[in-house]
Amino acid sequence: MEVIRSQKRTVSNDVVSTPTLPLYLTAPHMEVRLEEFELFAIDRLRVLKGVSDGLARARNPNEMDDLVETLWKEHMRLSNVSEMINKDIISHFVLRLVYCRSDELKKWFLSMETALFRHRFRLKKIEEQRAIVGEFGLPYKAVIGAELESLKERLGLVARSHGQISSDVENIYYKVPFEEVPDLVASRRVLLQKGFAFVAGTQLVSLVVTQFRSHLSKALILTNRKWTTTIREREKDRLTPIVEALSTSYLGPDYSQSNEYADISLKDIDQVSKSSFPLCMRHLFEKLREDHHLKHGGRMQLGLFLKLDDALAFWREEFTKKVGSERFDKEYAYAIRHNYGKEGKRTDYTPYACSKIITSAPGAGDHHGCPYRHFSEDNLKAALSRMGLSSRGMEDVMDKVRNRHYQLACTLTFEAVYGTSCDTGINHPNQYFEESQKILKSKTPAAPV
Amino acid sequence: MTREETETSGEDMMIDDPKPKIENDFNVHYLRIYYGNLFPYTDIHKWLSYGHDGKHPGCDEYYFGRREFSFTLENDVYLRYKSFKNASLMEAAIKSNFPYKIDIGAVYSVDPDKRHAYAQSGTNLFTPVERELVFDIDITDYDDVRYCCSGADVCSKCWPLMTVAIKVIDTSLREDFGFKHILWVFSGRRGVHCWVCDAKARRLTNEQRSAVAEYFRVYKGNENNAKKVDLMGHSLHPFLARSYVDFIKSFFEGELQATQSIFSSKEKYEKILGMITDEDIQADLRGKWENSARSSLSEEATSLLRWEQLKKALQSKRNKALSLRTCVEEIVFTFTYPRIDLEVSKQMNHLLKAPFCVHPKTGRVCVPIDPNNCDEFDPLAVPTLSQLIEEINSGGLRMDVDDDDSDSSLLGKSIKFFRSSFLEPLLKSCKEEIESSYKTKIAKTKDSFSW
Repeated sequence: MEVIRSQKRTVSNDVVSTPTLPLYLTAPHMEVRLEEFELFAIDRLRVLKGVSDGLARARNPNEMDDLVETLWKEHMRLSNVSEMINKDIISHFVLRLVYCRSDELKKWFLSMETALFRHRFRLKKIEEQRAIVGEFGLPYKAVIGAELESLKERLGLVARSHGQISSDVENIYYKVPFEEVPDLVASRRVLLQKGFAFVAGTQLVSLVVTQFRSHLSKALILTNRKWTTTIREREKDRLTPIVEALSTSYLGPDYSQSNEYADISLKDIDQVSKSSFPLCMRHLFEKLREDHHLKHGGRMQLGLFLKLDDALAFWREEFTKKVGSERFDKEYAYAIRHNYGKEGKRTDYTPYACSKIITSAPGAGDHHGCPYRHFSEDNLKAALSRMGLSSRGMEDVMDKVRNRHYQLACTLTFEAVYGTSCDTGINHPNQYFEESQKILKSKTPAAPV
Repeated sequence: MTREETETSGEDMMIDDPKPKIENDFNVHYLRIYYGNLFPYTDIHKWLSYGHDGKHPGCDEYYFGRREFSFTLENDVYLRYKSFKNASLMEAAIKSNFPYKIDIGAVYSVDPDKRHAYAQSGTNLFTPVERELVFDIDITDYDDVRYCCSGADVCSKCWPLMTVAIKVIDTSLREDFGFKHILWVFSGRRGVHCWVCDAKARRLTNEQRSAVAEYFRVYKGNENNAKKVDLMGHSLHPFLARSYVDFIKSFFEGELQATQSIFSSKEKYEKILGMITDEDIQADLRGKWENSARSSLSEEATSLLRWEQLKKALQSKRNKALSLRTCVEEIVFTFTYPRIDLEVSKQMNHLLKAPFCVHPKTGRVCVPIDPNNCDEFDPLAVPTLSQLIEEINSGGLRMDVDDDDSDSSLLGKSIKFFRSSFLEPLLKSCKEEIESSYKTKIAKTKDSFSW
């Protein structure tokens, strides 16, 4: 891809033959105007951000299909098809440059592009889908005739276990090693037999998405290498500043650098937890005080949120009540220092955003996750009333919960507790905390918080 | 000479009651004798070498040396990233450290103890390359449905939950996933571990492991939600249906009622009533059961009767709501279906306790369990360290683990089982694989000369 300043753009012949859903397998041969370089990328980023929001609201797949269709029309549509395809391809490759540069950026980009691809694929007709499968060069055999007959009954059970009322079975199934469709296996949407999964034609999306993701993941590593060794330096007066600006502009503030927390001292933490913590963290904190222990998921979620100066002392104080100081030092101190980047890989983990917390899955004995999602109605109402919500305020919040708008529910809670409106919406527990502290400090500047 | 025995992190995060335990089943003196004479070093080495014994040109002689081990020593010192070039070095290290616990990790891209040499370049060259697919089932995860024990204890009444778990998971690993080389091991106190050692299993990515673990997952809950098993849809997935029909239904309606009497008190049956989404049915059953509190039936008979009443009540209303149709199965699954620790299975770098270790709290050896005979397994009859030492002393036997008569001794039976049922078939298959991939490689290089 060559970036130029001229007014005209030459479009290579390759573009005409690419399908309407590019796989981005190889970088295209085309020239791009500098202005388009940035603008196309920004538009695509708007789409990806929209996808990210949709996922955080735990939208079901059909809702996501609609959302993606809307987002694509809104931001990526152009007057003719080949222009649209160009924009699609160019914007993807520009964003690869932007998002290859760190593990966290890569992870986000990979998740969003994969989700985007998945839903765009789902919107295609079955013949187009099969063509795309072919383009990936996947060697799967169709199961027909006698073999299909012998599996029919169980295939019907699989379909019925996911809401289908009849025991009808599709015409074509593909016999695929189970490793290639992990998400279908995880959700028990396929029949398994001796290591093979029987994937319905309509489930092709899973196969393709796995391939897409795997390919993009490898490509990002290569792109990163190219970026750090040649491109960044070569383009330092032209593309590099654009690339660097793009990654910070639309994801919201980066809470890994935050230094709000140096202000909480250990002695104030109980009070602060009641006045400024969002419900998820308040619950974890209360459970920690109650049980003097938290399981791994809870330690991660709360630990990264807190970022105390002397976090180790905080955890030690709680855990030693149950576990004893010797055992704390041996078993837990390592793990906690690991969280703060002082051991092992020395990654300073960033605090979890709402989207990550909502999609976690607390199990037996766990207290992490998002209470708006993971608590039963009764438990949630009790917790909300402890936060001081009136019954009307609670009804509004519960209404959001029933419609699966978990972050909106948290936002409403915030608004009810502090008596102000929060236009941007809550998407990060640390954001809730910061905003809360701002409000409390502005109300009583001299009083301790 | 008592020491504070502690259980270190690894697969469980539960904190135990500081009750004084009987400590004469385990002490460091016995442990030395055990590691001096009884621990099957050669068998473990053979297993973890997966056929790379250097006898075939296709062998990777450095394979065993890239495996991570960790030791937990007597004063809770934890040593990670230990690796050994061969069996003698492993044996020497164990005999000089006498670890209270040995964990087995993954096979890495380079020797774990040389990993720092490769850490410079920024891209991480020290990564796991192979690791068995492992599962950890701990009976404390069933505390909300077992009434005989809780926490660290286990007894003959609740152990059958583990037996059912083994049957369900083992059958699925073989039938659904096509795995063949599966080792089940007693964890030493209150659970079981499963090691799936097929080559395909060892090469699974974290995402694929996660998928298998999620496939097995049914129970989703903690104290914050009342209904922890949600089987939606108009039928069960064939895997769950098979597990239900072949194992868990009969267990629930038979042995479980006898050992746990899950309906016999108000507290117990309220928990079950909470799983029924129809309030009328709840009230109806509650009324029946409150009034019959002074019946002359045994606890077990009462439980069975109430179960029948519950099924009947749901049956009569099954067309009203979809959720009522699967309610019976949901209750059965809640009480009996396996609960695996997902985190253990999901990551390649997770360490898991080695078979044939000795559990510091019970003194019992972590012996293999035969999945085809798991009904016979009794966790309270597993040889303890002191029994083994006693056997050596009284018989004057020198435990030679290669001795064919060894199956008459306490540990010998287990070692023999390990070899014949697991190790031999596994090594046979490994050899075949090494041979065939070597042949393929040779064929390829021959072709490449032709250009």
